[in-house]
Amino acid sequence: MKTVEKIIVLLFGCFLIYCTFDFPDWSDPGTPASTHVSPYYIEKTLTDTAVPNMVTAILADYRGFDTLFETIVIFTAVIACFLLLRQYKIDEPVARMYRHIPTGTTFRIKSGGKYPRESADFERIDLQYVPYGVVVKTTCRKIIPFVQLFALYVIAHGHHSPGGGFQGGVILGASVIVFAISHNLRSATHRLGDKIAAVLCTLGVFIYTATGVLCMLLGDNFLDYSALAPIFGTDPVMARSHGILVVEIGVGLAVMAAMISLYYNVSSAGKLDEGL
Amino acid sequence: MPEPMMIITAKLNYWIYIVLMMVGLYAMIAKNNLVKKIIGMNILQTAIILFFISTGAKHGATIPILEHTHGPGPQVVQAVRYANPLPHVLMLTAIVVAVATFGVALALIIRLHREYHTLEEDEILNQLEEE
Repeated sequence: MKTVEKIIVLLFGCFLIYCTFDFPDWSDPGTPASTHVSPYYIEKTLTDTAVPNMVTAILADYRGFDTLFETIVIFTAVIACFLLLRQYKIDEPVARMYRHIPTGTTFRIKSGGKYPRESADFERIDLQYVPYGVVVKTTCRKIIPFVQLFALYVIAHGHHSPGGGFQGGVILGASVIVFAISHNLRSATHRLGDKIAAVLCTLGVFIYTATGVLCMLLGDNFLDYSALAPIFGTDPVMARSHGILVVEIGVGLAVMAAMISLYYNVSSAGKLDEGL
Repeated sequence: MPEPMMIITAKLNYWIYIVLMMVGLYAMIAKNNLVKKIIGMNILQTAIILFFISTGAKHGATIPILEHTHGPGPQVVQAVRYANPLPHVLMLTAIVVAVATFGVALALIIRLHREYHTLEEDEILNQLEEE
């Protein structure tokens, strides 16, 4: 049973372990990876870009093309997921479930019946019964603003501490996903619809690309932020620092919207009516 | 330190990643369920991410963030004192892209389930042959 696969995996593993004897030792400062371009990045980051966090400087400035196309990969994943799953024609379910919040009773109303108006007393719930979780809902309501504030801090403070667009964007997206899980998908799409998420994702990629094109229009190379110095009113080195921030905001928007859009589509199989 | 111990301490990290990678590879080629295959793919990606991060480690080095200064003053920075930031950058983007590709893989699986009402690979192949 599955002997062939085990033999393949074992042989391949042994071959790789045999190869590791030619690899550089653990934490050796003289490895090829650490002696080629990385010393230049480490030594010149502060004089070139005025950003103390080298990871941010390499991400958005020295290797800006790489990050631009990684963002486009995420954008493409969102489009692929959308095209694979999203369906607009939804068969109306045979019944709708409502909950009367003060008493806690649930109503099952068949189609054709009279639905109660959306109010503070009645809330529409998913067809699969879910109990009214006061603790979960209240806790999520209280922590989500702080999670979002922390995400903005991570994006804005990426120059001086670990952080940046990708991390902050994922935290922002997670805050919306937590809201969708703790309440239901319908109330989450009511606040941030999937169309808005798609527009935000496009806007993020657009901010990144537009910054690069603006540098070209001002007479420098694509994504060479020092050309933005007249706009920011600073010297070229500080202009690079500000340009990195603009790009990070674009990345953060794109990643946040991508996480939300992927969650909406995958959790509800593209119907966006009832999810997890 | 005796010679075998030196080799083990110098290469142990690679061996752990190889074991992790083989776990993922085994899941990808041997498992019948498509979701388990995708989980295997994610384990393999994690092994590669750990491998890249470990190449950035330097003995006695600190995180690749300079001490806070106001403005770009002339500061002597020695490359030996800071961990290699390049693998961190590459893996930072790779993690987010891994999540995005994971979403696309799940979307494909949902479409397959909508079409064939199963996620077992052999059952899908049977249904394809019957057509």
